[in-house]
Amino acid sequence: MALRIHKTLLGQVRNHGEQTYPHECCGVLVGEIDDTANKTVQSVVACGNTRTDSPQNRYHISPAELVRIQREAALAGLDIVGFYHSHPDWPAKWSSTDLEEAHWTGCSYVITSVENGKAVLTNSFLLLGEEQTKHFEDEAIEVDETIQEQQSR
Amino acid sequence: MAIKVLIPTPLRPYAGKQSSVEVTGKTVGEALNSLVAQHPELRKHLFAEDGKLRSFVNVYLNDEDIRYLERDSTPATETDTISIVPSVAGGV
Repeated sequence: MALRIHKTLLGQVRNHGEQTYPHECCGVLVGEIDDTANKTVQSVVACGNTRTDSPQNRYHISPAELVRIQREAALAGLDIVGFYHSHPDWPAKWSSTDLEEAHWTGCSYVITSVENGKAVLTNSFLLLGEEQTKHFEDEAIEVDETIQEQQSR
Repeated sequence: MAIKVLIPTPLRPYAGKQSSVEVTGKTVGEALNSLVAQHPELRKHLFAEDGKLRSFVNVYLNDEDIRYLERDSTPATETDTISIVPSVAGGV
């Protein structure tokens, strides 16, 4: 299991975290997923963080935005394969809140640590199990320059 | 013609690996019942033991959250699309 992503798209993910610092950024990874949970990202969709009450340490993507992204992905023959967010001045590892609020089993949750406004580490975690048994496992990020980027938004 | 339900990635294994399922019904509630009748494994992932939608499961009729319409009683027609999207949130 791995997350394949073009370096340009990975750069978009990391830049988003720098742009919103000291607040958390968030967005959706759209692409293809196979039966062994290998994913290839074809586009990155930056979303707004609706947690305006505590944006420095919380994120939430509007369900309306997810509905639109899911519908457009389906029309393109693609799927939502994961999500990303940033941890301002905090390590690039999942927190108990991240696990508690994660419900997209089989998808990747990508986290970038942003220290003093600069993106440092980006890690990916695969959500496995069912709601009662869910857990994250470390997932390799394969930066691939051969992936054809479909549409950058 | 039937109502189209878009299935999110994490629920595909319980819906015959399909990204969408066609269902029947005159309301969103009937459409969801039709969905779980076709794919019984979906029930526990959509509904809590009290029969209500699980708190983190959002159901939209086209672009509207059914919580702000008439919930299960929201009328649905064959031109509508129902989207199921689990919530996405977190933080440190």
